[in-house]
Amino acid sequence: MILTFFYHLGRFVNLLKLMIARPENGGMYWKETMRQMNDIGIGSLIIVCMIALFIGAVSAVQIAYQLGGQIVPMYYTGYIVRDMTIIEMAPTLTCLVLAGKVGSNIAAEIGGMRQKEQIDALEIMGVNTAAYLVFPKIIAALFVVPLLVAIAAFVAIIGGYLAVVPTGMITESEYVFGLRSFFVPYNITIMFVKAVVFGVILTSIPAYQGYFVGGGSMELGQANMNAVVYSNITILFFDFIITLMMT
Amino acid sequence: MIRAVDIKKSFDDVEVLKGISTVFEKGKTNLIIGRSGAGKTVFLKLLVSLMSPTDGDIWYDDVNITTLNKRELIDLRKDIGMLFQGSALFDSMTVEENIRFPLDMFTKKTKKEKQDRVDEMIEVVNLEGSNNKYPGEISGGMQKRVGIARSIVLNPKYLFCDEPNSGLDPKTSLVIDELIQKITRENKITTIINTHDMNSVMEIGEKINLLHQGRLAWVGNKDEVLESDNELLQNFIFASPFLQRLRKRAMNNK
Repeated sequence: MILTFFYHLGRFVNLLKLMIARPENGGMYWKETMRQMNDIGIGSLIIVCMIALFIGAVSAVQIAYQLGGQIVPMYYTGYIVRDMTIIEMAPTLTCLVLAGKVGSNIAAEIGGMRQKEQIDALEIMGVNTAAYLVFPKIIAALFVVPLLVAIAAFVAIIGGYLAVVPTGMITESEYVFGLRSFFVPYNITIMFVKAVVFGVILTSIPAYQGYFVGGGSMELGQANMNAVVYSNITILFFDFIITLMMT
Repeated sequence: MIRAVDIKKSFDDVEVLKGISTVFEKGKTNLIIGRSGAGKTVFLKLLVSLMSPTDGDIWYDDVNITTLNKRELIDLRKDIGMLFQGSALFDSMTVEENIRFPLDMFTKKTKKEKQDRVDEMIEVVNLEGSNNKYPGEISGGMQKRVGIARSIVLNPKYLFCDEPNSGLDPKTSLVIDELIQKITRENKITTIINTHDMNSVMEIGEKINLLHQGRLAWVGNKDEVLESDNELLQNFIFASPFLQRLRKRAMNNK
């Protein structure tokens, strides 16, 4: 078990090392990065917004219900929703969802290319496949995932507002006052650090799983599953590490 | 010219290739034939450096590729074209984009120069009118032709074809064979074809290498196939009773 872990870790690091090379043609890499930005960013925007909206709504209702207005003032609902969203919900939940959607897509795409000998074809042409197939995805995620996370945070706060203000659980001024209270700009830094690290994880692990896939459809399915499971576990592990280090 | 010298390849304890030495000549269609499991695909992958041999040397003219580092190999590969068994076309690209891909990646030609070259290739492989179709929208034979066009678009010195006729009907197979032979002769390419299609052997086998259980069992050309008394060759080429009867009749008529 431990040996297997280190075998995969070594191969994963090797794959990342292979990516660091001068591109055969910068323009082609740029084009591929743009394509990936579109796939990861625009392609995931709706699902990310929907999930953020509901997470914000449920959080706000739950918090408002728990506070009950007895000891802690109700405006704390806005404050807690904001901080919970920025520090934890937006980066972690968004990236867990992206690991499922984008991660499985990357593993399937690269794995399919491996099985259909398209990666061999690129190698024969003289293309550095690790660099061409993996690097643009990681770079795209580095830019796009933080953007998605920021949008998710914003939408979650709106979701919280829509859930508790129109329903009369708290007043608009209470919610907005809460949002404006005790704001610590450093929390935004934590959010973006998490987003960047998770972005690398949710693209590189699935790419590794797809790149080394063998056999047929069973193996491809297994690689897809591993991509999502290992990405999720790694995201949660690094969530803990970053939280520990930055708070 | 490509020269394999005493090539051995093992996977764990299993020795797949047991010392193969042969020469693939320039301007000729060189065939590697043999039964399933004979080691043809492994041999081809070694020749194109997708794998490294356990022992032995592979010479591309005067360059021993087994001693090259990754960077040197990448440079060498620009002289190699390969047609894969499943064509290995990029699904998200059209016929035209697939053919243009090596030009985009490795050349600094202008847009017009690239387009002219792509059009020329499309004409060579008779695919006029299919420029904007995706691989999923064209037949297997057309996919092979796109694969051929893509593999020769950079004017390679060496062309490798892995089972170019698999999944094709005899008529289409013949078209593909003739196309490969024509390209080989016109461009003086060293072409190596891995096949177990008997029509190909008899049509374009200018140099045939028969592999059997990881060893080279016979070398000759298509004209020598009929007359050879090599039992392995005869059992392989004329595997069915029908073909054996045909061979007997042909020999009697001589």
